[in-house]
Amino acid sequence: MESRRNPRAVVDPKVRQVGFFTSSQPDSTHQPDPIASESHPVVSSISPSGNSLSPVMIPPPRHNSSDTFPLRAAAASAVSPSSFSYSTRRDFPDGSTTAASPGRVSRGSFSKPSSSLPGVGMDAMAAAKSSSVPASGLNTVSVVNMPPEKESDQKKNSKPLKEKTTKAERRALQEAQRAAKAAANAEGGKAPLVSSGSVASTNIKATKPAKPSSQKNDVAVAAGPSEKKAGGQSEKDRKKDAPHPRMQYDDESRVVKAKRRAVVKQTEAKYRVELFRHLPQYEHGTQLPDLQTKFFQLDPMHPAVYKVGLQYLSGDISGGNARCIAMLQAFQEVVRDYSTPPEKTLNRDMTAKISSYVSFLIECRPLSVSMGNAIRFVKNRIAKLPITLSESEAKAALQSDIERFINEKIITADTVIVKHAVTKIRDGDVLLTYGSPTAVEMVLLHAHELGKKFRVLVVDSRPKLEGQLLLRRLIKRGINCTYTHINAISYIMHEVTKVFLGASSVLSNGTVYSRVGTACVAMVASAFRVPVLVCCEAYKLHERVQLDSICSNELGDPNAISKVHGREDINYLDGLTNNANLQFLNLMFDATPSDYISMIITDYGMVPPTSVPVIVREYQKEHSLV
Amino acid sequence: MPDVQSTVLEFVNKLRKRKIEGSQATARCTVELLRSVISHHRVPHHANQASALIDAVKAVGAQLVAANPVELAVGNVVRRVLHIIREEDLSLATAAVAGLDLLDASDDDDEDVNNGKGIGYPAMSAAVVAAAARSTLRPPSLQTLLEGTPESATVPYTSSSGADSESKTADKSSITRKLKHDVIEGVNQLIHEIAGCHEQIAEQAIEHIHQNEVILTLGSSRTVLEFLCAAKEKKRSFRVFVAEGAPRYQGHLLAKELVARGLQTTVITDSAVFAMISRVNMVIIGAHAVMANGGVIGPVGVNMAALAAKKHAVPFVVLAGSHKLCPLYPHNPEVLLNELRSPSELLDFGEFSDCLDFGAGSGSPLLQVVNPTFDYVPPSLGGHNPSYMYRLIADYYSADDLVM
Repeated sequence: MESRRNPRAVVDPKVRQVGFFTSSQPDSTHQPDPIASESHPVVSSISPSGNSLSPVMIPPPRHNSSDTFPLRAAAASAVSPSSFSYSTRRDFPDGSTTAASPGRVSRGSFSKPSSSLPGVGMDAMAAAKSSSVPASGLNTVSVVNMPPEKESDQKKNSKPLKEKTTKAERRALQEAQRAAKAAANAEGGKAPLVSSGSVASTNIKATKPAKPSSQKNDVAVAAGPSEKKAGGQSEKDRKKDAPHPRMQYDDESRVVKAKRRAVVKQTEAKYRVELFRHLPQYEHGTQLPDLQTKFFQLDPMHPAVYKVGLQYLSGDISGGNARCIAMLQAFQEVVRDYSTPPEKTLNRDMTAKISSYVSFLIECRPLSVSMGNAIRFVKNRIAKLPITLSESEAKAALQSDIERFINEKIITADTVIVKHAVTKIRDGDVLLTYGSPTAVEMVLLHAHELGKKFRVLVVDSRPKLEGQLLLRRLIKRGINCTYTHINAISYIMHEVTKVFLGASSVLSNGTVYSRVGTACVAMVASAFRVPVLVCCEAYKLHERVQLDSICSNELGDPNAISKVHGREDINYLDGLTNNANLQFLNLMFDATPSDYISMIITDYGMVPPTSVPVIVREYQKEHSLV
Repeated sequence: MPDVQSTVLEFVNKLRKRKIEGSQATARCTVELLRSVISHHRVPHHANQASALIDAVKAVGAQLVAANPVELAVGNVVRRVLHIIREEDLSLATAAVAGLDLLDASDDDDEDVNNGKGIGYPAMSAAVVAAAARSTLRPPSLQTLLEGTPESATVPYTSSSGADSESKTADKSSITRKLKHDVIEGVNQLIHEIAGCHEQIAEQAIEHIHQNEVILTLGSSRTVLEFLCAAKEKKRSFRVFVAEGAPRYQGHLLAKELVARGLQTTVITDSAVFAMISRVNMVIIGAHAVMANGGVIGPVGVNMAALAAKKHAVPFVVLAGSHKLCPLYPHNPEVLLNELRSPSELLDFGEFSDCLDFGAGSGSPLLQVVNPTFDYVPPSLGGHNPSYMYRLIADYYSADDLVM
């Protein structure tokens, strides 16, 4: 059973609210502990093919976690249905689920524990399986748990399980699931709790009819604490984070699952770009009115978070720093308005809340790496709150922590970057920048204030044309500017002496993940032997590695491409937007190989791209110590 | 003659105002204009027919080139026509030589008249005649090249040292008429070739595009369109990514036509070229001109795509009809062979009008907008080997005409 739960966590970040409990129920119903233990081996063998988990993530964390919880695991394996042992276990899986849900965010220390937890359970039961195997097994199990629609999947993946469950049993399970779902809906925002509760019930092997009630009880008692999962585990912080596999949107079963949980009703784009099926491709502009009407109905969602989410969705807030700050400020409000529900502990319940908010934000727009790091920080802080603190003290501490993160990691970091970068600007320089990076803008303005004489080439690209805004601001300050589109980059590169770029994040192989087109600019610059300087706050660094711009990216509104703003004469594609042969691809980011980058300017100083992993290491150490 | 003059002026005006765009259209108009110039050209009876024609064509050509120096196809076509005149002249001469039973003295005279040969090089001129005879019978070979170069280098064009020999007047008048006829025939062939270049290029499509390939293109080129469609007609199914080509958005135009012909088309922004290139099997672009050093001038943004293609080792294919082959060696082509278009395509004057006079005090505006039309891909990024370009150019142009 545990294994099933775990898979959920791993598989679907977003799921936690609604979807999971349904899936978990069936498992619980038919599985007595012995069965579960039997199933493990089978599952593990199946898992490798079905599961895309990277083996890397599993081993170290798992062992750690296993160390911490040997007793519980043992208890589980022993098939003792004691509620206590279950509840503890549940906590971990839940925590893992929440951590996993944010996608990128999950990579953090939290995610590791989650992956490890399942492993632990497995170990206890199956005794001495390879670490990677159990995790994968868990995932497959989750598939098995899927609601009736997925039966075909079940057939493929869970032969052993099937054998154990008779038809009647399964039907009973389904019914129980439905009931559980209804219960969950009633619970509203506490969906995650419900799910955990259901899981618990499964563990207990309550009889089918009894399930709904048992679930509720579990939710109230056991599940509540369990959800806080992430918060409670300090060991996790120490563990190395292993990146989670991101949600792949060409995996239909998962997409269906995720959709069921989603608050934002996204309609799939009719004509999707084949190459990017693994990314969400939704119709744009359809969800906003719907969500706006829901504004006053959604109990579980904090209005501040909801507002930020809508702003992401509508594009009112964009830019890595702005989005991150908006999110953190919303979280501050959440903390301020928070009161611990009875029979729950603050750090667990709040972590669960934050996780559910994060999953909502992801539905609005995929998280940036910087936001992921910030969320990790917040959860970390919540988890580390001393239990001795009173609620008001804890809240105050959290709020000041978040405030400090904003100030230190973003605002102060920018001023430090500006200080460093300005030393690189000399009189007579011709600086090129692309798009509208906030850090670079600050550098340019500061250099201008210092009286340096330089010229700025603002390179822009469709469809956002953010460069025009930057251009306007620079000109208002009296800086000499030249404006052009990215196509003309090789025409103007002759006169450029330095290229300043911003970044959405810098990955540990030195790849700069940034606004689409940055790679083109850097490439042309390096072809013309012009140094490329990237300004990036250290909190945007990430240990992930990305090789191209395709595997992980974000797709913008395709209609923005077919319509050219301000150019009515360009109307060739009017009326063709519904043609099956024609797609529009609006990529948002691209990955610049590190060999095009001369230097990365962070708040830790100016470093070559090869030194990014060092900073990531140091930064995370500091991060966990804070 | 006057009506020819007026059509020339009209065409020059169109070129100046950039009413005619696209090298193929310009090339066709140019060659048709030159044909009418040649056919209306009345040759003074006694003068050297060929040189007179060449002078006339050169005069018109200079006007056209000056009207739009960036449209290299004009110059190319003028040079091609000049080359045709010279070749026809030469072949007539050799034919005449053959008909005269190879009398040594008259041979030399005749050559002198028609080829502008100096009398001091009898041995050489004989060789040239032989070479010319060969070149008329079969396609130009390396040998004609090697011999042709010294010819033009050593002997400046002299008008008719042997025109005084009366015995050949009658002969010459028939040659004159024949020459004009042959030249017009040759020009017609050229017109045909320019008109048919798309089909000829498209014929090769099937050899280069395979099933399930992903092809990136940018800008709008009829050659590329025909090329892709030819492959499509042969039942190859593949996907095309079209970079939209801001600020002219010709990619939209191309995408529209591709979709109309049933190709799977995806429009991407120009900035996504690098991101997408790792999944692309081939980059196909239509050139504006191919220079003598193997460099390619194409729609703006081409250099970026070429660099990206090189980085990812993706084949970079340039489609160009022979009229785009320019015998000039470019110097600083990004600037000198480029054309800056209106800034209003990039920035809305209305939105930025308040910014435009910020620098008024200092004398120069703070804001400049660059909107180039073309992009230059250096030969190191692909294209043809420069040595091969030299060979091609020698086929199509005669060295005399390189400087107009």
